[in-house]
Amino acid sequence: MDPFAPLLQFLISGLTNGAIYALIALGFGIIYNTTTIINFAQGEMVMLGAMCAISIYHLVPSLPLAFLGGVAVVALVGSALERLALRPVKDPSPITLIIITVGAAVLLKGVAMLLWGKEAYPLPPFSGAAPFHLGPATILPQNLWVLGLTVVLVAALEAFFRLTLVGKAMRAVSYNPRAARLVGIAAGRMVQLSFVVSAALGAGAGILIAPLTLGVYDMGTMLGLKGFSAAIIGGLGSLLGGVLGGLVLGVAEALASGLISSGYRDAVAFLLLLLVLFLRPQGLVGGDK
Amino acid sequence: MKLSSLLNRWVLFAAAVLILAALVDNEYYYTLFNFIGIHALLVVGLNLLLGYAGQISLGHAAFFGLGAYTSGILTATWGANPWLALLAGLAVSGVAAWLIGIPALKLRGYYLAMATLGFGIIVYIVFNEAQALTGGPSGLHGIPPLSLPGLSLNTPRRLYLLIWVTLGLILALSANLVDSRFGRAIRALHDTETAAQSLGVDTARVKLQVFVWSALYASLAGSYYAHTLNFIAPASFNFMFSIKLVTMVVLGGMASIWGSLLGAAVLTVLPELLTVFHDYEVIVFGAILMVVMIFLPRGLVRGLLDLWEFRRVKKEGGIIA
Repeated sequence: MDPFAPLLQFLISGLTNGAIYALIALGFGIIYNTTTIINFAQGEMVMLGAMCAISIYHLVPSLPLAFLGGVAVVALVGSALERLALRPVKDPSPITLIIITVGAAVLLKGVAMLLWGKEAYPLPPFSGAAPFHLGPATILPQNLWVLGLTVVLVAALEAFFRLTLVGKAMRAVSYNPRAARLVGIAAGRMVQLSFVVSAALGAGAGILIAPLTLGVYDMGTMLGLKGFSAAIIGGLGSLLGGVLGGLVLGVAEALASGLISSGYRDAVAFLLLLLVLFLRPQGLVGGDK
Repeated sequence: MKLSSLLNRWVLFAAAVLILAALVDNEYYYTLFNFIGIHALLVVGLNLLLGYAGQISLGHAAFFGLGAYTSGILTATWGANPWLALLAGLAVSGVAAWLIGIPALKLRGYYLAMATLGFGIIVYIVFNEAQALTGGPSGLHGIPPLSLPGLSLNTPRRLYLLIWVTLGLILALSANLVDSRFGRAIRALHDTETAAQSLGVDTARVKLQVFVWSALYASLAGSYYAHTLNFIAPASFNFMFSIKLVTMVVLGGMASIWGSLLGAAVLTVLPELLTVFHDYEVIVFGAILMVVMIFLPRGLVRGLLDLWEFRRVKKEGGIIA
C-alpha cells in the first residue's frame, strides 16, 4: 500500500477544518481591526449559526433558506452585542472589554442550552452524502462545499474591503479612527458593521461544518478558541494571515491526530498558539506594529 | 486607613473564624466553608493580577490543577509526604507561570490573556490524556489527608481551621503586599504603564512577579483541594472554572482583598442553596460578567461602595477627587 495514502486523507480533512478555522479567524480579525477588541463571543456565533440553520431547516426544509436565515439571525445577534454590551461601556479598557465578551460567550452558550437542550442535531449535507474517490482518499461533497464556499467568502470579503466605499471606510477606521471621523466617516457605524460581518462569517462557518459534525450547544467554545488561535498564528487583523493560520492549523491538527495521537488533537492549536506568541507574536504574515 | 481600623478587621476575621468553629456542629457546613476558603485563596491571587496589575489570566484553573495533581500524584501514587508534595506543587506552578509570563508580559495588551488561555486548555488536555500519571478522565483516587504532627486533618472540621488560618495569613500577606512599595508599583502600572516606566518601575518584571504570586496562591489552593476531597478529576480544572474564578473577582470587586472573600463565598454558596442553579449556572456567570463590567467596571461591591460614597460626598457638598 502507498505510504502516502493516509496523508492525502489527512490533508483533505485538515484543509476542510482549516477553512472553517479561517472563517472564524477572519471574524476575530475584522472586529480587532476596527476596535482592537478580541471578541471571545465569536465562537458562539458559529454555534448559533449552526443551531439556527438546523431549526429553520426543521420548519421549512430548504437548505438555502436555512443558510441565509441562520446567517441573518446571527448577524442581528452580533449587532446587538455591539450595541447593547460594548457601546455603553464607560471605561473601555482592554480588561473590561475582554471580560464582557467572555461573559457574552458564556451567556450565549447558556441560552443555547436552554433553547436547544444538550442534544446534538443533524443538518443534511448540501448536496448528497455519496463520497467519491480521489486516488486512495475519500472526499465527501460537503468537504468541497466547505472549501469552495470559503474561497468564495474570502474573495467576496477581499473585494468588499478593496472595492466598495463602505469597505474602504471600514479600513480607514481600522488605520486611524480619529482621522476617519475627520473625513466624515461614521466610525461608530463602521464598528457596528464589523460586528455584523464577523457574526455573519462565524454563522456561515457553523452552518458549513454542521453537516459534518452535528450541531450542539457547546460546539462554539472549542471552534472559537481554535479560530482565535488561527488568527494569532497567521497574524491578527490580516486577511491573508487569517486564511493561512486557519489552513496551517487545520492541517497540523489532522497530521498530529493521524500520526501521533488523537487524544492530543485539540492541544495542537494551543501549542502552536503559544509557540507563535513566544517566537513571532505578530503572526506568520503580520508586520511590526 | 488608620491602624486601629486595620487591626479591627483582622480581629474580626479571627473572631468570626473561631466563633464559627465553636458554634457550627455540622460536617456539611464545614465542607462548604472549606470550599469557600479554597476558592478565596484562588480569587485573592487572581485579584492581585486582575484588579491591581490590570492583567487577566483566562487559564488560572491550570495552576490550581497543577497544584492539585502534583500533590495528588506524589502522595497517592508515590507515597510522598503531603507537605513536601505541596511544596513541589508550588515549584511546578511557579516555574510554569514564570516560563509563560516572561515572553507574554514583555508585550502589552492581550498577550497574557491569550497565553494563559492556551496554557489552560493544554494542561486540561494533559490531565485527561496522560492516564498512566493522572488516572485520565475518571480521576485520581486515594489521596491521603494532610496531617500535622500528632494530628491527622481527616475531618472537615480539622481542615477548616487549617484552611482558614492559611487564608487569614494569605489575606494579611496580600494586604501588606498591596500597601508596600511593590504594591504601589503594581497599581502605578495598572493606571498607565508608560508613566510607571518613566518613574523607574520595571513594569515587565513587576507584572511577572504578580503573575507568579497569583499562580502560587492557586497552586496552594489546589494542593489543599486535593487533600480535602481525597479525589481529583480533570473536570474541576477546565476553562469554565477559569471563567468562574474571573466571575468571583468581578463580583467581589477589582482590587479589593476583602471583596475577593465575598465573591468566592457568594459563588460557592449559591449553587449549593439553589439546586436549579446548576442548569442556569453559565447564564448567571455570563450575566454577572457582562452587567457588572458594563455598569460598574470596578466590580459589584466596589462599584456600589463608590456610588454610595459619591452620594454621601455630594450631600455634604464636597468635591469628588
